[in-house]
Amino acid sequence: MSPEIIIPLLAAAVQSGTPILYATLGEIFTEKSGVLNLGVEGAMIIGALTGFLVSRYTGSPALGFLAAGVAGSLATALHGIVCLWFLGNQVVSGLALTILGAGLANYIGTPFVGLSAPGFSPFAVPFLSSIPFLGPVFFQHDILVYVSYCIPVVMVLFLTRTRFGLSLRAAGEYPAAATATGLNVIAYRWLGIVGGGFFMGLGGAYLSLAYTHLWTTNLTAGRGWIAVALVIFAFWRPGRAVFGAYLFGGIMALQLRMQASGTQISSSILLMLPYALTVFVLVLSSWRKGTSEEPAALGVNVEPTE
Amino acid sequence: MRLFKVVLVVILSLGVCSAFAADKEMKVGFVYVSPIGDAGYSYAHDVGRQAVEAMPGVTTSYVEAVPEGPDSERVMLNMARKGYDVIFATSFGYMDPMLKVAAQFPKTAFFHCSGFKMADNMGNYFGRMYQARYLSGVVAGSMTKSNILGYVAAFPIPEVIRGINAFALGAQSVNPDVVVRVVWTKTWYDPATEKEAAKSLLDVGADVIAQHQDSPGPQEAAEEKGVYSIGYNSDMSSFAPKAHLTAPVWHWGPYYTKMVDEVRKGTWKASSDWPGLAEGIVGLSPFGKMVPQNVKDKVKALEAEIASGKKQVFVGPIKDQKGEVKIADGVAAPDKDLLGMTWFVQGVVGTTK
Repeated sequence: MSPEIIIPLLAAAVQSGTPILYATLGEIFTEKSGVLNLGVEGAMIIGALTGFLVSRYTGSPALGFLAAGVAGSLATALHGIVCLWFLGNQVVSGLALTILGAGLANYIGTPFVGLSAPGFSPFAVPFLSSIPFLGPVFFQHDILVYVSYCIPVVMVLFLTRTRFGLSLRAAGEYPAAATATGLNVIAYRWLGIVGGGFFMGLGGAYLSLAYTHLWTTNLTAGRGWIAVALVIFAFWRPGRAVFGAYLFGGIMALQLRMQASGTQISSSILLMLPYALTVFVLVLSSWRKGTSEEPAALGVNVEPTE
Repeated sequence: MRLFKVVLVVILSLGVCSAFAADKEMKVGFVYVSPIGDAGYSYAHDVGRQAVEAMPGVTTSYVEAVPEGPDSERVMLNMARKGYDVIFATSFGYMDPMLKVAAQFPKTAFFHCSGFKMADNMGNYFGRMYQARYLSGVVAGSMTKSNILGYVAAFPIPEVIRGINAFALGAQSVNPDVVVRVVWTKTWYDPATEKEAAKSLLDVGADVIAQHQDSPGPQEAAEEKGVYSIGYNSDMSSFAPKAHLTAPVWHWGPYYTKMVDEVRKGTWKASSDWPGLAEGIVGLSPFGKMVPQNVKDKVKALEAEIASGKKQVFVGPIKDQKGEVKIADGVAAPDKDLLGMTWFVQGVVGTTK
């Protein structure tokens, strides 16, 4: 393939992978603390709407983006109340959050469908964007893409190098032992839920503030579920999540470009590719190593000690 | 459990409130598949509803964002029970639910948009949008420099395929070298994916983006790239002020008021209606500033010819992508063939599968 085709394709892969990347990182963060949250889709759509509304009424997309994160945290806090206070079933609570989020966002957002709000426009990073090949692929996007480059690095450092991060993982691996050493497991799980929700909200806002500058019902269109699946295929590792999210985005962009260039392959098969190939490649790439970092106590509720 | 009771009380009280409704006036109900605020398909129907509302002695109401299937049956049943005289259901998936409700309320007049089933008290209707798409194709074919037109399309069903073919024929009528490249998204309203699909067309050299989608996602892509676009459903120029050439749009008002009037006079009989440019049901939105006068004049002349019946869109010789003649020389394709169209005309790049 010639550079004129492959560079826009890879740039599109980064852009369409970014909302999924935010959400996947959020879910990894939550699951590291031992809580399974299937409400990613709900937190994302609430984030998308909040970001859009705040940007529309304050004129500041940056404020909208932050507000989306806070809204995502508030939405997932409901999941925390159910699972951490009332020891409810995490699967059921997560599904409820998805349904509630979609319903609430559609209900509140209906009058705003089809309107637009100020959002983020692409801006090329000086110096970096002029690197041949890598520049146009990675450094000619909007600022939210650049922010998403930093998050996996910070998250890995946090989870492996800081006291807080190690304690959060202890809460997800062996809560009884963590409690015995004096850690407040419930507090760390709260951090996992609310912190993860923040990123999910940001992922939603990427769709309404950068990818498009629109709000509509069902804007997330199932991307939250892709994120839930990617966490498993990424083996709970932020680095692999980046790979998975861009792979999915890339194949989505590729199949659209194959159609545009006039392939005779049925569009139904092409539309299946992103889902099928992402699973296939991630499973294949883990075939030998097989070192999953799944938290041992994922989905297991912990009785409050006090 | 207590929460459940509270919810139950709220639901019941809402039901009681809505049961109080005045009658005597003629009541007309509309069921929409998407929210009306979307500048799209349901918005266009709602503009038609407002024309009905303006008729003396008629009140209207609508329910928006009703999922196709059993939910829609409940909504229509509710309207019929409350004594609505006329009910319009504006999406394909409402067909069978409406048929069921129509059988239970023989005195109510039912209208179903875009389907094919009928009953004594249930007619169906749709607009000849392909006529307006042909005109928009003439505009696109006149404005392109690369001779590549991009078309972001929803689902490969006859309605959409017919529109793509009409668009291509219109473009070819002024520019024989033009090709129309088609990308299917299999979505009606996913702005992010639809914008990405438009970008993929821009990357292969398209310099006019047309769409059969309800979201303005493709318009944004054209605006950002600095090329032209053709909207759909209603004027989408606010999303792409520098790109938007025109849009094939719906004007349901004349049809809806005529039907409600017929039902009121008792002259209505269930029928299958397919009005178009002649009845003013479809048309083009105002042209953008960049469209030159000679193109505007040409399109206006063609519009008049199609409206008067002097010209038809699908008149042979028309060949398919393989070069086989599908519509013979001088023959106008009958409506039956148009309604079941599953092949692309020559000059369209893409697959109908």
